[in-house]
Amino acid sequence: MSDPSYEIVIGLEVHVQLQTATKLFCRCSTRFGAPPNTQTCPVCIGLPGSLPVMNRQAFALALKTAVALNCQIPGFTKWDRKQYYYPDLPKGYQISQFDLPMSQHGYLEINDAKGAFAPKRVGILRAHLEEDAGKSMHDELAGKADSRIDLNRTGTPLLEIVSQPDMRSPQEARAYLTELKLLLTYLGVSDCNMQEGSLRVDANINLHVATSQGTVATPIVEVKNMNSFRAVERAMAFEATRQFDVWKDTRIALGAPGGHKTTRGWDEQAQMTRPQRQKEESSDYRYFPDPDLAPVIVTDQQLDAVRADLGELPAALRTRLQTEWGIDAYDADVIVNQGRAFVDYFLALANISGDAKRASNWMQQDVLRVLNERALTIDLFPVSSTSLAQLLKTVQQGELDTSRARDVFNAMAESGDSMPQAMQSLGIQAVHGDELADLCRELLEANPSVVADVQAGKDKAIGALIGQAKRRNPNANPNQVRQLCLELIREQGSAQE
Amino acid sequence: MSLTRQQIVKVSLLARLRLRDDELDRMTDQLDQVVSYMDLLAEVDTEDVEPMAHAVEQTNVFAEDRELPSLDREAALSNSPKRDEQCYRVPAVLGD
Repeated sequence: MSDPSYEIVIGLEVHVQLQTATKLFCRCSTRFGAPPNTQTCPVCIGLPGSLPVMNRQAFALALKTAVALNCQIPGFTKWDRKQYYYPDLPKGYQISQFDLPMSQHGYLEINDAKGAFAPKRVGILRAHLEEDAGKSMHDELAGKADSRIDLNRTGTPLLEIVSQPDMRSPQEARAYLTELKLLLTYLGVSDCNMQEGSLRVDANINLHVATSQGTVATPIVEVKNMNSFRAVERAMAFEATRQFDVWKDTRIALGAPGGHKTTRGWDEQAQMTRPQRQKEESSDYRYFPDPDLAPVIVTDQQLDAVRADLGELPAALRTRLQTEWGIDAYDADVIVNQGRAFVDYFLALANISGDAKRASNWMQQDVLRVLNERALTIDLFPVSSTSLAQLLKTVQQGELDTSRARDVFNAMAESGDSMPQAMQSLGIQAVHGDELADLCRELLEANPSVVADVQAGKDKAIGALIGQAKRRNPNANPNQVRQLCLELIREQGSAQE
Repeated sequence: MSLTRQQIVKVSLLARLRLRDDELDRMTDQLDQVVSYMDLLAEVDTEDVEPMAHAVEQTNVFAEDRELPSLDREAALSNSPKRDEQCYRVPAVLGD
């Protein structure tokens, strides 16, 4: 990616819809997908004389998130009116926060388990609570030039989380978003559904170019309209290359004539950014305190209560899986990134089976495969952790080889049967040690030439017996057959001496 | 501080008001008087006074997160200058 002659500088602005039943300043439902304009009231459509009242739950969720993002929480916060005209903004202003946001100066740690970049702390400039606007739809019927406005979304609570320009590559930007989303999911403050607009990302990006006169910053570009984290990563990579090309062409630096900030939109189809029309006088929002809303005071006791109630967050869980369960960093990352329910399943499985490494492998390979194939979440997975633990124990004791165990697992996942049921329906029987030893003795007696070869130092000769063992008892574990036969031959050898 | 006609042109654009020349003159004069009054207030010594965020000494006014009935759609759309069965209609919004 990186051309050594420049450094990429990225800051991200994320809008997260908080998971409340009702809107931020009125008691209309926030349910997604309702028929247009059926979830509005005088407050959210801005009728004269209506008064907003802050949603207690929305503030609580915002506070919880801000604390989890290591933000400083001032004791006093207020809301302001951000004035602009747009058809989806019925009041003519958005209630947002300007100079006294509810939180600022936090950070989020990002890491790549495969080491694609060094672990780093991305600064959070601020996180503030504001209301969403409505939705404009462009009429596709020919000859109709109108836009249609649906105000159901108007007034939905959003937390705007603004990062510092601390990311230095498209991968870091994506990692930040992935970690932020994971954190929000663990906190249970948002469903983070990008398709439904519950999580939206805008990016600011420019380059620091090394020149003979020192480092020069290129004009900042705000990129919008990215509908997935992958799109963000690609848009950032595209923009970096494009900005460097423009720089080589024009040598226009940030702040120089023609070097002002511009806005571009990501075109997913074409995999490129395109210039967007600038909003007229867009920077003059004439903020002032909203006289309809009372400020909010947060006490230290409240903050302590929020902290105590945060639960175990992803970063701490990754560490715990490594230290308490002996799982390596990469595996801990995969498990924790699947969400809290997946971690809980793993912990139960590791606990009951007593074999965390095997539990980790099975969760990542087999459980995840089934979940992905069937688009299931772990809470709908048909095999209980107790059942799967029983299967892992059987494998651990050598009574079932891994490939047979996998067949049993698939049958269990398919039917929801317990392990004994699944084995019975597949005609698979666990082979106990005595049974297997008898089988091996018979084989050695019937194949003196193999015994002779092994005694002559050719351990590989055992291979011939494994096929025979499988034919006589399909449930025989090949590794165990090999092991047992070698042991028996050695015993014979030492007895003869 | 006194307001220039240029500033009034800008403010009228931000407020989406189309003012004729004579209206611009009148507004410049009137708004200038309002701002001059602020200058008078600014003469008060506020050195030891904490900035006020709200006129009423009230904080932490919350409502519980419990749904209440919304407006009937017909009622919500009834004051709209232009509408259809489901939505408000406005002149086309470009770009978005």
